[in-house]
Formats: sequence, structure tokens, C-alpha cells
Amino acid sequence: MSLSFLFYLTATIAVASAIFVVLNKNAIYSAILLVLCFFALAVLYLLLEAYFLAVLEVFIYAGAIMVLFLFAIMLLNLGREDALPKFLYLQRALSVLMVALFFLGIILIMSYEPGMLHQPDDTFSAGGIHVLGRALFSKYLLPFEVASLLLLVALIGTVYLAKRKI
Amino acid sequence: MVVPLEHVIALSMILFSIGVLGVLFRRNAITIFMSIELMLNAVNLALVGFSRYYNSVDGQVFVFLVMTLAAAEVAVGLAIIIALYRNRQTVNIDEINLMKN
Repeated sequence: MSLSFLFYLTATIAVASAIFVVLNKNAIYSAILLVLCFFALAVLYLLLEAYFLAVLEVFIYAGAIMVLFLFAIMLLNLGREDALPKFLYLQRALSVLMVALFFLGIILIMSYEPGMLHQPDDTFSAGGIHVLGRALFSKYLLPFEVASLLLLVALIGTVYLAKRKI
Repeated sequence: MVVPLEHVIALSMILFSIGVLGVLFRRNAITIFMSIELMLNAVNLALVGFSRYYNSVDGQVFVFLVMTLAAAEVAVGLAIIIALYRNRQTVNIDEINLMKN
């Protein structure tokens, strides 16, 4: 089994589970399928040789974020959503049109400017934690510190929102 | 690379579009939030693909920062949804129209 076949297989799993996340009426099933989608994306990262990010994807998304989602869903006791009360046909048609335009734009850009992407370098050495850590603590030190500030702000905001009276 | 870059971008586009349609079609705030996570992941996939293609670590640093942002966003967003549910007893965004008109 070649690696490209594995890529397409995992891509199919990711797209199928994403579609079911959107279509499923039950929020719990949506969350479980989203975990499957994140695992598929982690495999895709591995195939693209971003090893550390694949580990982070499983830790942060599938581990932390989805547990938070499931916790919220069970706390709010969301069962099956009732059948959609009113179908907004115009809104749906417009949103499909918008997505089609988005596709068309990117396909036009990619087909008219083939020289935009230069030839790839076939030896790749930027996937491991050494190179990523070196970049994070030298070239991207300021964004890294700002990210820590962002986490602090989120922590304070969440504690404030969790108070009984807001 | 395992596959051409165009295929990675196409997959990323498809996942992003599914996320957009989820935000526009669904009325449940939690499902809309999950669709937003899907869109963030689609962009992450494109960044990883470009990082591999250009043999540069910069794209992976961006993915790292986007993951940090997603964690912060989920914590605050779910706190807002729970506070909303405590006040209005619903998470249907059609019924949450306090600031309309």
C-alpha cells in the first residue's frame, strides 16, 4: 500500500466524517465524528511529515477541545435537535452559491498562475520538534509570548463568565 | 511530497466549505461552534501542506499558534454558550435575538 493511497483514503475518511458532523441532528454524534475527523487530520499531518503537529493535533483537539465540547453538550442536556422549524431556502441557496464562488476563485488562481508555485525541494527536514522549537524561540519569540498572554486572557475571561451572575 | 500540493489544497478547500455550510445551515450554537473548529483545521492542513512544499518551518509555527488560539476560543466560547443557556434556556440561535431591532 503506497503512501499516496493512504493519503487519499484518510482524506476520504476526513471529508465523510466532516459531512456527517454537519448533517447529524444529534450533537453528541457530531462531536464523536469530529474526533474521528481530527484523528484523520493527524494522520494527514504525519504523511506531510509534520510529526510534532500530528501529536499536538491528537493532544489538543481530540483530547482537550473535544472533551470540553462533550462536557458542554452533556451539561446543557442537548438531545436530538427538533426538525428544522422553517427552511430558509433563499438563505441556503445563497450560501451554496457563495461556497461555489469560493471554489471557483481558488481554482481560477491555481489554473491561471502555474508559475506561482516553484518546484518543491524534495529533502525535508522541518518536521521534527527540534526545528520547530528553534523557530518558536528565536524568530517567532514575540508571537509565542503573545500567545501565552492570549491564554491568560482566555483564562480570566472564562472564570468571569462562569460566575453565577453576569 | 506524498501527493501534489494541489490535492492538499483541494482537500483543505472541501473541509473549509463543509465548515462554512455547517455554520450557515445549522441553528444549534454548539454545532456551529464545531463547524468553526472544522474550518480552523482545514486552514491548518493547508498551512502544513505549504510548509512541506516550501521546505520551511514557518507554516508549522502558524499552525502551532492557531491551535493555541483555538484552545482559548473554545474555552471562552463554550463559557458564553453556557451563560447564554442559563439566561435563555436555549442554544437555538434563531431564538437568541436580544440585540435585534
